[in-house]
Amino acid sequence: MMQELIYALPLTLIFILSIAVIMVDAFTGKNKTVAYYFSIAGLLGVIIAAIYTMTLPSADLAKMAYEGTISKGMLTYGGYAAFFDILFAVAGILTIVAAKPYLTREYGEYKEFYSLIIFAISGMMTIAHASNMVTIFIGIEIMSITFYVLAGFIRTRITSVEAALKYFLLGSFASGFLLYGMAMVYGATGTLQLQEISAKIATGEIVNIYLQIGLALLIIGLSFKVAAFPFHQWAPDVYTGSPTVVTGFMSTAGKAAALVAFIVIAKSLLPTNFGATLINDKLIVVKEFTENATMIIALISAATMLIGNITAIAQKNVKRMLAYSSVAHAGYLMMGIVANNENGFAGIVFYSTAYMLMQIGAFVVVGVLERDDTKFQQISDYSGLRKSHPYLAAVMALFMFSLAGIPPMAGFPGKYLLFTATIQSGYTWLTIVAVVSSIISMWFYIGLVLNMYFKEKEGDALVADVKSSHFTIAVSVIGVIILGILPSFLIDLAKNFF
Amino acid sequence: MIQQIPLEYYLLLSAVLFTIGTVGVLTRRNAIIIFMSIELMLNAVNLTFVGFASFMGNNAGQLFVFFVMSVAAAEAAIGLAIVLALFRAKKTVYVDEVNLLKW
Repeated sequence: MMQELIYALPLTLIFILSIAVIMVDAFTGKNKTVAYYFSIAGLLGVIIAAIYTMTLPSADLAKMAYEGTISKGMLTYGGYAAFFDILFAVAGILTIVAAKPYLTREYGEYKEFYSLIIFAISGMMTIAHASNMVTIFIGIEIMSITFYVLAGFIRTRITSVEAALKYFLLGSFASGFLLYGMAMVYGATGTLQLQEISAKIATGEIVNIYLQIGLALLIIGLSFKVAAFPFHQWAPDVYTGSPTVVTGFMSTAGKAAALVAFIVIAKSLLPTNFGATLINDKLIVVKEFTENATMIIALISAATMLIGNITAIAQKNVKRMLAYSSVAHAGYLMMGIVANNENGFAGIVFYSTAYMLMQIGAFVVVGVLERDDTKFQQISDYSGLRKSHPYLAAVMALFMFSLAGIPPMAGFPGKYLLFTATIQSGYTWLTIVAVVSSIISMWFYIGLVLNMYFKEKEGDALVADVKSSHFTIAVSVIGVIILGILPSFLIDLAKNFF
Repeated sequence: MIQQIPLEYYLLLSAVLFTIGTVGVLTRRNAIIIFMSIELMLNAVNLTFVGFASFMGNNAGQLFVFFVMSVAAAEAAIGLAIVLALFRAKKTVYVDEVNLLKW
């Protein structure tokens, strides 16, 4: 029991922290700095705990029910779970630091924000640690419900409330599909534990029709959560209406968490290791069916990146353009699931880290420059930024180059990994679509850079309100450059996870 | 002799309920009625879970239902609060009148 708690230390800590921050908030009254620093310190503690669980040996857990799990097969520990713990905690720290000046300026700093961010992180970490349908569902719901609140955080502003309403209605609609899928998979296999499900599918002890319906519903539900075509329509509206710092957090950490759920489910429901000796008629049907399901995910991925990038070209608003580019990135990331091998999953781990840094950085720059919700968000407002704010223009250009996948920024090795993994598993056409759509994406990423550097601004220059956002921007820039120049460390680490 | 109701009947009933919920979400314009339809969908899934659990003699599914119910309660609290915030800001609960955000 005690040992299990130690193995789940990051998860234990984040749940204690999420309750503790509310308590600190309640007892410190008007003093806002305590809750702020307490949240950051707590998240740093979670990062240390996650690094510690990565180093723990797994040998003495042989008595546990399934390999690599604790608490009777409900949770995993170490490996990719610990890595994603670190990723989510870092995203939380970057968001909290950048949110303080943003919220003070736009709405007033309310301390609930910090506890809400930590609640969202606790949901994401539950997903990362999940090895049972119940834990996946609980994690997704903790995360989503917190995001509904965060999207509508500025509750007197109509766009924010509208974003919250749209996100809430469509998000819980999607949860219904996800849940129905889980119920059908449970009916097909008779268990909710993912390793058991995987074993049963590989030996063919299932009710085929329920599994097919279940997997189709799960793909619908998860596509909603990662904002993939044809269920992406909520994403641009929600990302535009939400407070900009929240958008940065939702579109990176939230997307990474939904993708972890996708990885965990795809790994167990689409097994590739059918034993050659076991082949019988029933198993051939299952094998054919999983191949078809992978094909459907490949089609969704291809359509997502094309639609996301083509629609982004038409946008005039930088925040909305980034929202569509985030839809396109969901498509790139889903290529790793299509590849369905360790290289593909390692590609997802690497690219979601790189994507987290560059997208949070870009949204923070937008948040620093915008005023009163919608002012100064147009692409034309950014012209002449080189003269008025050379530093902000330079980092924004860096993030744009990284999002477009130009070396030596972190976006390039990430895309390279995903593309090669997809070719390895025989989906060459998907890689061609991905390359074409990243060339399309150059249009608007480079367009923004051209606007900042080679156009003169008419009227007054923008006013930047950076303050502590400097920290977030600096960390993102350093991370993007280091991951771009020395990607092998993280790639090797990620390949050992799966 | 009393015959047990077959599993398919439960599944069919919950599929019908789920479809009614889905159609409700897609066709109604009042945010609260959409929300009620979503709750109907979740409860249809609960019925599937309980049906499977009972027929397979495995209570993991029944346990899941408790989690779903508590999550639905949390969602109801948040959802009604959002609808309230919308009503304060815009004096409407009809989703087709909420259309500031579009490209």
